[in-house]
Amino acid sequence: MHAVLLACGGLSILITVGIVGVLIADTVRFFRVESVGGFLFGTDFAPGGGLLERGRYGLVPLLSGTLLVTAIALLIAVPLGLGGAVYLSEYAPGRVRSVIKPTLELLAGVPTVVLGFFGLKFVTPSILKPLFGGPGGQGVDVFNAAAAGVCVGLAVIPLIASVSEDALRAVPSALREASYAMGASKRVTAVKVVIPAALSGISAAVILGMSRAIGETMIVTLAGGASPKITADPFTSIQTMTAAIAQTFTGEASAGSPDFLAVYAIGSVLFAITLGFNLLSNTLVRRFRQEY
Amino acid sequence: MSTALQRGAETANEVTVARLSRGATRRPRSMALDTVFAMLMFIATVAAVVALAVLLWTILDKGWGRLWEDPGAFFTNYVSRRASQTGIKAALVGTAWLMGLTALFSIPLGVGAAVYLEEFAPRNRVTNLVEAAVANLAGVPSIVYGILGLGVFVTLMNLEQGILAGGLTLAVMSLPVIIITTREALRAVPRGIRDASYGLGATRVQTVFRQILPAAAPGALTGTILALSRAIGETAPLLVVGAATSVTRLPDGPSSAYSALPIFINDLTARPQTDFENVVAAAIIVLMALLLAMNSTAIFLRNRFQNRW
Repeated sequence: MHAVLLACGGLSILITVGIVGVLIADTVRFFRVESVGGFLFGTDFAPGGGLLERGRYGLVPLLSGTLLVTAIALLIAVPLGLGGAVYLSEYAPGRVRSVIKPTLELLAGVPTVVLGFFGLKFVTPSILKPLFGGPGGQGVDVFNAAAAGVCVGLAVIPLIASVSEDALRAVPSALREASYAMGASKRVTAVKVVIPAALSGISAAVILGMSRAIGETMIVTLAGGASPKITADPFTSIQTMTAAIAQTFTGEASAGSPDFLAVYAIGSVLFAITLGFNLLSNTLVRRFRQEY
Repeated sequence: MSTALQRGAETANEVTVARLSRGATRRPRSMALDTVFAMLMFIATVAAVVALAVLLWTILDKGWGRLWEDPGAFFTNYVSRRASQTGIKAALVGTAWLMGLTALFSIPLGVGAAVYLEEFAPRNRVTNLVEAAVANLAGVPSIVYGILGLGVFVTLMNLEQGILAGGLTLAVMSLPVIIITTREALRAVPRGIRDASYGLGATRVQTVFRQILPAAAPGALTGTILALSRAIGETAPLLVVGAATSVTRLPDGPSSAYSALPIFINDLTARPQTDFENVVAAAIIVLMALLLAMNSTAIFLRNRFQNRW
């Protein structure tokens, strides 16, 4: 019986090894076709070279797309998520809490493909084009980073809200009570006492949100587009790392071709980035737990 | 257990805090800032709720009519080039199969791993490594699990791009979450139960399987159902591992071609005609109804069977 359970326990190590192994194996094969420098610093991502022209596999346009979408997503998710967390932990009466919390959990449960559909079929035509496009909606592409960013932000709000709220609630009430006893209002207490005390937990929440936004695939594939380019214009079509991976796997690239192998290299970068952020976030969470 | 005295003191405490927090600030500008701040926080909270409401309304607006236009055909047709003849039969059956396969593989392994880590594992470096691995795996993007599934299940184990590979991939993806939630459920069982069991002379195995696991079961079950409902909504891993959209037969073997509701939604969203937009919205309604049913079941089970210590 012990052996069976031990095997179950070891499974997670096996899975990690599996992921790393699969990614590294084909990444190495990819770097026989393309140089490491050319990949990491190349500014042109154009797979599908034919007989005459070699495909180009520069990561920078994809990084740019991911960065743009993530920035927009955090711009939406951090204020709304943190604001919601502050409201829920410092202001909300019990009845309001019992309505808002399930609603946030419901938002968290919406599948990302549904959010992608929402971004493409509602946010772009009914919000972005009227608001930011010229007459006839020009200036805002059908696929754009803003729609993807908004929907990724919606997906990330519940995560930031719940981790931040845990951090805020973990602040001992003695700190709040001391502040009120000194005559401070709720606002001053929240801003000057509670939030600074919960800062490491809140940072952990934001980093987790960032990691989630970076790894998001379906929303950016459906609403963001498939045009890798380096740009800061949120209303044009872009492609993120995750969307490039998804596109290759749903396309006609044959296994072993450079297009296919490029995806493993992109996947390795993605895995490394999200792993790094998750480790950072875990360290911060452990630090804030120790202080009380 | 709080005595009346403790409860009285707590209430007095809360009343005092409530009175103090309303603020003794006197300057009008500060008080205005207080109100503005409170309003901003409230608006932030409400914004998320409003966004969700808009989302749901959009989906219902586009899909409800199409869903009830000809429900029989909608549920028994396969994907077609014409929107009016497209149905979710293959997608729905595929999702049902995937749910079963995922549960079959992830629940025993996940609960087993959680029981091992929580009750039997010695406190050493290897265990810490395993725990770290689980925590990190829970945060890995789902498309990476698809890549893993492609490399291991489709290629290495030669399962082709069939439904078994899909189910295994989703199971592997759900495993870390199930391990984490089951461990929390196990941790919530009070020491008293363990001590009483050992005190009566039970072995560790007996204690775990006859006392602790049954006591932790409701919490673990809730977490498991929620993890599975997340897996059902996932598209990216299935895309990589080879789920198809235009499937003309129901799966009949481990390597059969298969579809799934999220795949259906993803691929048909790309078709620009408005008719397809409505079909997709109708499929989304079905998917979300399914998720709602699963989550409600989880919450119902938790409330009904939750042990109060």
